[in-house]
Amino acid sequence: MQELFPYLLNGVSVGGQYALIAIGYTLVYGILRLINFAHGDVFMVAGLVMVYATTAMPMYLALPLVIAATVVLGFVIERAAYKPLRTAPRMSLMISAIGVSYLIQNLAFYITGGVPQPVTTPIPWISDDILVLGASTKRVTIVTPILTIALVVLLVYLIQKTKIGMAMRAAARDFETAQLMGVKINSVISMTFVIGSFLAAVGALLYFTNYPSVAITSGAMPGLKAFVAAVFGGIGSIPGAVVGAFVIGLCEEVIKGLGYTTFSDAFTFALLIVVLCVKPTGLFGEKVTDKV
Amino acid sequence: MTRDRKKTIFLAAVLLVILAAGVAVDLALPSYHIAVKVIKKATVYALVAVSMNLLNGFTGLFSLGQAGFMLLGAVAYGVLTIPVADRLSVYQYFDGGLIQFSLPELLGGGTVGTTVGMLLALAVGGILSALVAWLIGLPVLRLRSDYLAIATLGFAEILRAFFQWNALGPITNASNLLRGYPDFQHVTSYFLLAGVLIAVIVLLINSTYGRAFKAIRDDEVAAEAMGINLAKHKRMAFIISSFFAGVGGGMLAMYNGTISSASFKSSMTYEILLIVVIGGIGSISGSVIASFLYIFSSEWLLRGLDSGSFLGINAPGLFKNGFRMAVFSVIIMLIVLFFRRGIMGDKELPDLLGRRPKRRRKEAADK
Amino acid sequence: MKKFLALILTLAMAMSLAACGGDSGSGDAEEGGTSESGNPVVRIGVFEPQTGDNGAGGKQEILGMQYANYVQPTVTIDGTTYDVKLEIVDNRTTPENGPSAAAELMNRDVSVVLGSYGSGVSSAGGAVFEEAGVPAIGVTCTNPQVTTDCDVYFRICFTDPFQGPALASYAYNTLGVDTAYTLAMLGSDYDQGLVYYFTEAFKALGGTVVSEDFPEGSANFVSYINNAKSAGAGVIFAPVSTNYAQLIIEAAGAQGFEGSLLGSDTWDNNMVVESTVGKNVSVEVTTFYQEGGNADFDAGIKEWMNANPDALTNNGGNDMVSAVTAMGYDAYFTALEALKLAGSTDPAAVLEALPNVSYEGVCGLIEFDEIGDAKRDQAYIKQANTETGAWDFVTVQGVE
Repeated sequence: MQELFPYLLNGVSVGGQYALIAIGYTLVYGILRLINFAHGDVFMVAGLVMVYATTAMPMYLALPLVIAATVVLGFVIERAAYKPLRTAPRMSLMISAIGVSYLIQNLAFYITGGVPQPVTTPIPWISDDILVLGASTKRVTIVTPILTIALVVLLVYLIQKTKIGMAMRAAARDFETAQLMGVKINSVISMTFVIGSFLAAVGALLYFTNYPSVAITSGAMPGLKAFVAAVFGGIGSIPGAVVGAFVIGLCEEVIKGLGYTTFSDAFTFALLIVVLCVKPTGLFGEKVTDKV
Repeated sequence: MTRDRKKTIFLAAVLLVILAAGVAVDLALPSYHIAVKVIKKATVYALVAVSMNLLNGFTGLFSLGQAGFMLLGAVAYGVLTIPVADRLSVYQYFDGGLIQFSLPELLGGGTVGTTVGMLLALAVGGILSALVAWLIGLPVLRLRSDYLAIATLGFAEILRAFFQWNALGPITNASNLLRGYPDFQHVTSYFLLAGVLIAVIVLLINSTYGRAFKAIRDDEVAAEAMGINLAKHKRMAFIISSFFAGVGGGMLAMYNGTISSASFKSSMTYEILLIVVIGGIGSISGSVIASFLYIFSSEWLLRGLDSGSFLGINAPGLFKNGFRMAVFSVIIMLIVLFFRRGIMGDKELPDLLGRRPKRRRKEAADK
Repeated sequence: MKKFLALILTLAMAMSLAACGGDSGSGDAEEGGTSESGNPVVRIGVFEPQTGDNGAGGKQEILGMQYANYVQPTVTIDGTTYDVKLEIVDNRTTPENGPSAAAELMNRDVSVVLGSYGSGVSSAGGAVFEEAGVPAIGVTCTNPQVTTDCDVYFRICFTDPFQGPALASYAYNTLGVDTAYTLAMLGSDYDQGLVYYFTEAFKALGGTVVSEDFPEGSANFVSYINNAKSAGAGVIFAPVSTNYAQLIIEAAGAQGFEGSLLGSDTWDNNMVVESTVGKNVSVEVTTFYQEGGNADFDAGIKEWMNANPDALTNNGGNDMVSAVTAMGYDAYFTALEALKLAGSTDPAAVLEALPNVSYEGVCGLIEFDEIGDAKRDQAYIKQANTETGAWDFVTVQGVE
């Protein structure tokens, strides 16, 4: 147990990071039935903005700016790249998502010159080293899961109790009927992207506190894994995404601990395929029937 | 009748011009000239894009596993054709590897033996890819469109991890480069090979199977009602497309001169997908044209955008590293959003012909 | 209408292509081999990554060449003074972009090529250089295959079969460690090759080695460090690219790894050394050059970089002299020596002259053996100073 503990601790930390991204996937998929391939890149952009903002201005200005910029980016992506294709076949929408991801990566490449940007001024306090039951780690490792769960509780409250939450649930269940009932579908979708990007921004702030630099490909792997987590937990379900993320984070680190490091990424994808084939609705997902 | 005839003649003429251009390039330019390199790469990409189009454009199956199948084909080609004498140096960390034969040498070497051996190795790569596609298809093809995409993407990543696994090193050389295998010197050979394979795909699309594929794409339920066996046809399209992707991977290995499994990433699949979109989903000639446009611009003609001056404009501050790809991705987004049908839509090159006579006939009728 | 638009779009793209093609053609004709000063021009190709995983290292290597070109912009070949022009092409780190980048250099009529940082892409480009018969001088590509399988490739740095055992010997004999943990990226032939030679040598000395790989794109190295700790390793040998090096240092610092982190020549980078500041880690690397090895060169290049904001950015924001920069500087002068010896700008003549070149560079004497490798049997070992963020010289290491 004592030997396993550092791996578990690290797994929880990684899981918390995936969870915040996974919620963004699951919300968007729940309403638009779209795998938002660009979400991982939005996460990366948040990291880059953090690097630039924290070096240029004091922390109390930089952090809100990171969140605001990311939210605006998410909003703009939806309006520019997904809204025009609302009536198009689903494949076009997915191609557009891949295109946006390609565009963001290439623009980031151009701006950074293709060189990873070092995190020179990490956020104070949470980047300090601490000891937990004999295993040393950064404070952010402990903060991440707690903050994640707090945000999720808040989000579930928002979705269950508020009017916009009700509209989101209605849109997720039946797009057209919701529209007929007077739900302003465009603002609901925008709201989804705003919430998703907000969580991605918070995730990026925590994630890149842990690591010394932001590369333009930094978002790709966490993004894909978070998506797998969302599928595993049952896409469309917020608690599902969070549980899925923690499970994947823990499994990954335990596999590394067992010495199968070559397959730590491959395992995640194998898990995805098994879940898709055996129980496509995931742990908590509802059964969705395709309309003819 | 006459219009069909005209189309055939037009197509034949275009193909002849392309072939003549290939021969001319071979005669005029040395093999290390950038034009030769770029044409070779574009030809390979054309084949791979068409194979992807067969699946995504004609059957409506959104698969993102292309890079994985190409990796299989590439490694198979390398493993089967590296001369035995060179194996010790290529497999330097694995005592020369397990496989101690090379197809071109087994067939007696020489021009004929080497060529047949190379073609055979390409075919083996294709067949291996097809086999793996069959295996993967069993569970995956039952999934809905977007799940299928992500599952195939996952499979490609798993495949890559296996190829980089040190335990398989004696066969695949793990993370290290495979090198020293034979290549076709001439652009014309690439044209002929890719041309024949694309022609096979075209024939397939125009057959009853092709019509069944299109029916599935347009409406699965209706197709099933018409008596088309969905599972069988989907599997068939997946396997055939993977076969050609495997062969294309082998050809890409030929062009590259080295094979590193690290380069067959999902970004390669995305690149091919975007070529298909630019060319028009459901158009063979569109995919071919788009491959040439894409590779020519990204590898050669737009290099100036990255290094300071372009079209005589000198702006080192603006035209720095990465500008080329940034401009490129903006163009791609414009196409995705505003010209969703791409260059050719779902039309083929000969379809462009014969529009005007029709209109003229109509005008004549109006009078 | 849509079809018409699509057609227009195609035409526009085709036209722009034709325009570019035409432009590059006329560009070639214009240059005609002379420059503003009236001197004829000799072109030296620079085949380096400016983007991708090795972009930072490639840029530093180019800096050395650019500074050398600034110091010595002309060369006298067979009585005629030529202006030297560097033709820089980005090979984007990866082998699949190698052939077209190399072909682009051939298109620009270079007499000799310098580069690249990174062995995989050098091998890929080597095939093209061989077809064209243009000699290439590898600056810091350390994989033996680059020169053994390519007749036109020469190299001025040491190779992995030397570097790996040198580090193994340092770890076993100097640090007194008998268990080593190696970490390499999957799919990187550079990492895997160096680990192979290190492992062979370390085992031959009597030590034990635990080897693990991580997938590309990994960011969290905490579990790997824990694996190293539970294996009882006294050193972690991780010959990875600079980006991963920083991540590994970060994780090792946070996990309180008590042994040494051993790095290869890729770690000799100011981003890496700066990431050790304030951490409780011991980082040691092998390298080609130690800052302070040649005071004139150091002072000169620092002055040049500080006067040149772009150069300073490419160097990573400060004026620390990386070994690869010094190697780039030496490579440029080696090329000039070869040109002088050849008495011609013809690549074939340069290729013939190269094996006989002997040049005393800032990183030591450069002479080639029959394979085309530099005769080198010593590497510098440097340690990261976690207080000042600079490299401290430790020892000169050979293979024992």
